[in-house]
Amino acid sequence: MYRYDTYDQAVVDTRVDEFRDQVARRIAGSLSEDQFKPLRLKNGLYLQLHAYMLRVAVPYGTMNAKQMRTLAHIARTYDRGYGHFTTRQNMQFNWIKLEQAPDILALLATVQMHAIQTSGESIRNISADQFAGAAADEVCDPRAWAELIRQFTTFHPEFSYLPRKFKIGLTASDNDRAAIKLHDVGLQVRKAEDGTMGFRVFVGGGMGRTPFVATLVRDFLPAHQICTYLEAILRVWNRHGRRDNIHKQRIKILVHDLGGEEFSRQVEAEFEQMLPLGDDMPLAEYDRIAAYFTPPAFEQGLDDTLDLSDPRFAAWVNRNVSAHKQPGYAIATISLKPVGGIPGDISADQMEVIADLAEKYSFDDIRPTHVQNVVLPHVRKADLYAVWQALDAAGMGADNVDLLGDIIACPGLDYCSLANARSIPVAQKLSERFADPARQLDIGELKLKISGCINACGHHHAGHIGILGVDKKGTENFQLLLGGSGAEDASLGKIVGPGFTEDGVVDAIERAVEKYRAVREPGERFLDTYRRIGVEPFKEAIYG
Amino acid sequence: MRIITGNDLATGDVVWWTGQYWSRHVSEAIDVGADGEKIAHREEAALRVNIPYVVDAEPGPNGPVLKHIKEQIRASGPTVRPDLAIEAPDPNVGSYVI
Repeated sequence: MYRYDTYDQAVVDTRVDEFRDQVARRIAGSLSEDQFKPLRLKNGLYLQLHAYMLRVAVPYGTMNAKQMRTLAHIARTYDRGYGHFTTRQNMQFNWIKLEQAPDILALLATVQMHAIQTSGESIRNISADQFAGAAADEVCDPRAWAELIRQFTTFHPEFSYLPRKFKIGLTASDNDRAAIKLHDVGLQVRKAEDGTMGFRVFVGGGMGRTPFVATLVRDFLPAHQICTYLEAILRVWNRHGRRDNIHKQRIKILVHDLGGEEFSRQVEAEFEQMLPLGDDMPLAEYDRIAAYFTPPAFEQGLDDTLDLSDPRFAAWVNRNVSAHKQPGYAIATISLKPVGGIPGDISADQMEVIADLAEKYSFDDIRPTHVQNVVLPHVRKADLYAVWQALDAAGMGADNVDLLGDIIACPGLDYCSLANARSIPVAQKLSERFADPARQLDIGELKLKISGCINACGHHHAGHIGILGVDKKGTENFQLLLGGSGAEDASLGKIVGPGFTEDGVVDAIERAVEKYRAVREPGERFLDTYRRIGVEPFKEAIYG
Repeated sequence: MRIITGNDLATGDVVWWTGQYWSRHVSEAIDVGADGEKIAHREEAALRVNIPYVVDAEPGPNGPVLKHIKEQIRASGPTVRPDLAIEAPDPNVGSYVI
């Protein structure tokens, strides 16, 4: 993984000192809350329902054991013994004290971590495929590009005074595990027939109040021009993007209002003007960064078979283990969705377990995913059983990846000051209703996502089944959506009908699932059946 | 009744105005009537509270009963983590109607 050089370290250290001073002035009263709020947001510090919440960046979802142990230490020392992996591959702590925030940031800086630009009107953490560097279906490891873009955009003037947050997602595979079409800018690294590396560029995706699937703006951009092209996109947005209405400020609104064709034309025109300036990032810089992402020293000639005589282990392998490009190795996904658990929450002890396993079995490589799980990307098949045993003993052995039990849920009204309804209790009830592993397997792939408000941090628009919590005259109410997808076949879920109570929505989902089971054709996932037969049969089943 | 809530500036703790100090317990909050905004402004200026605001409540046997679910969760703690509760959660959370 990338290692800070002296400049990188100086940036985060200086930022810590600056924020320490800002906090001191706030507590002393020489900064008002209105003055302080944008400053703390740019350092990832929210004031939520119960306390300050700190969002720590995990750049493109890559970290090592030392960093994970530091997060565990922060959870124990400064929080209440746990953290929360978010739908953007970051870590959140819910019980932070402002007076201690500078010390936490200083501690993070010692392990090359930070909370810079994880909130506020800034370019946020760049997310990436959690299988990067391990999957056989990628053209290269996209994380080197993610790191390059991260460095280019951090504190860049065109990216610094944004009207609204800005999110970039990367993949290097046709199988989109990073939901790039639901980002402000989605980038797919591709290889042309002559071997030239380039990007397919999507702009204007996003969820929230006004969801859109991104528009394809450029099918193939030579890779070395990506920074200039991104700047061209931002220039068009900064020039035309609406700053008068907070609900219209995202770039997706501009792309929609102009139309994809006109937006693309303006970006290309801006890009053409910028090219002669010669500001493209030098390839030597990419090479310098890429050197940190060379494959680990895989052993060769390893046995590629697995002993699946333990049925519980076999069940876990069936759902949680994915093919690795290197024979004898596998990608292991750790589910943080135990039955009845809180999606994405992880205790300090569990963080330590993952750190130990990563060091011992996965080349010290840990990948939080946007589905709120954690991946160990490079595990020898011979070690999978030991890994699973350790995970199972630590309460992380759920074998439910991409099944109904693998629920995404935002913190919701239990934690978030923006929320209208609680998402976690709904997730817990659904998890318990469908707890039977055999039942989940029979249902098959079903991505269920729950948001506690229209801001869609739980990605409800992208769920095969999505749930949106709303405030209906002071009571919690839950709308049901069907047909969303965050994958390469991206689509937005549609609201089925009137909302439900908390218990009602669980029953409604059960009816929808049973309808799917009754009419599905061989090999069809829930989403496939929905797309084949449409919403009406499901509406009839749900509402009677 | 009208009570005032906010957050402790340094710690972020949710606090409630008791008439003399800011308490972690909503049960100690008093009815501030029409003076709520004035008190809130004074306390914020003195740095004794951050982002205070007035909320509606009903008198109850154990202190004010908050009307809106969000305020009730602020007062009691996350409903999914009773081990972190400030006070015993109201069993009616989720059933409030304004």
